[in-house]
Amino acid sequence: MSVFFVAMIGVLTTMLLALARAFMGPTVFDRVLAANMFGTKTVLLIAVSGFMLGRPEWLDLALLYALMNFTGMIALLRFSKFDNLANDEQIK
Amino acid sequence: MKRSFVLFVTLMAVWLLLSGHYNATLIAYGVLSCVGVVALMAHLEILDHEALPAHLGFRLFLYIPWLLKEVVLSNFAVAKVILTPSLPIHPRILRIKASQKTQVGQVAYANSITLTPGTVTLDVRNGHFIVHALTLDSAEGLLSGEMDRRVAHMEVHAAIHEGHAPDTAADIGNRSERS
Amino acid sequence: MMEVGREIGVWILLVAGSVFCVIGGIGMIRLPDFYTRSHAASITDTLGATLILLGLALYSGFNLITVKLFFVLFLLYITSPTAAHALVKAAYSKGLDAPDLEDVTEIGGATSSSADSATLRPDAKGVN
Repeated sequence: MSVFFVAMIGVLTTMLLALARAFMGPTVFDRVLAANMFGTKTVLLIAVSGFMLGRPEWLDLALLYALMNFTGMIALLRFSKFDNLANDEQIK
Repeated sequence: MKRSFVLFVTLMAVWLLLSGHYNATLIAYGVLSCVGVVALMAHLEILDHEALPAHLGFRLFLYIPWLLKEVVLSNFAVAKVILTPSLPIHPRILRIKASQKTQVGQVAYANSITLTPGTVTLDVRNGHFIVHALTLDSAEGLLSGEMDRRVAHMEVHAAIHEGHAPDTAADIGNRSERS
Repeated sequence: MMEVGREIGVWILLVAGSVFCVIGGIGMIRLPDFYTRSHAASITDTLGATLILLGLALYSGFNLITVKLFFVLFLLYITSPTAAHALVKAAYSKGLDAPDLEDVTEIGGATSSSADSATLRPDAKGVN
């Protein structure tokens, strides 16, 4: 059993726990926090599985996921604050 | 102009490191993309000391190892708290003073607080931070003000080195209210 | 000998990283409210991710892959506090239940100013 397999099990367990929190809530912020954590763990999962399968080039995908996770979260928060992604007018 | 050049070199280095293919066509694409980004940033007029804090200089390399040590230590502390069956947490919201004078300094301090598990910055108001601390230990570590001093130390040197008038803390307060 | 040492190093780093990730996940479930849970998330984002990526870097030796691994790490260190701050700031300004604001000047000398926190957070409670 390779060490990458062990690391993958650890990361997958964390993802499951984060997913459980995302379902349990109770507030929308808990869900966003859990989703963000899930996204970060996806980056690690891609990196580790790339090494496990002998394809370290998958790191490029991991990098892209990290960026998209960040952008997606900021977009989500902007949307929750302004109800709009384009301008800064706050909803009443 | 100097900033444009530094930015171009940085972007090009990142391109070369990430691509891994070194033939004429792909490097030409890289040069084109980097010139495009620099031109776009110059056009948007966001190519200032905030976008490229090159003036922080070598003091940054003294601060980062200390920050990493703090992050590791507080990681262990918070992990211990989570695994203790009685869950000995003591969540508090504190208002602490940030003695940095520039925006970059305050951002560095706020981000360092958030990066360290056990403390997270909630808001910035007129040179004060609203901080959530998980345990008594993390609150104490924050109130001892060592991180504040170290960031301010790094920044004071930078301000003298660069010789520009820093943005005032009040300005930051206005910005945070506007957003 | 060198190879064996490296192998052991990779094992230690990856296993320790996974353990810290799982601890963060457990904290995510165990801790009682949103603000405390954000600390659990920051454990997995800092030490968990760092140890796993360092383990992978040690495994691959020094080449372009290592550079990319450190790039991922750098990116995580920049984006994770920014995202965490954006999230808790949004929650706090929307008035999600939180402990009262304390003005503390020194350790132990806590003076809670309830009037101040009332003016700062006019619309406390009532957010889902």
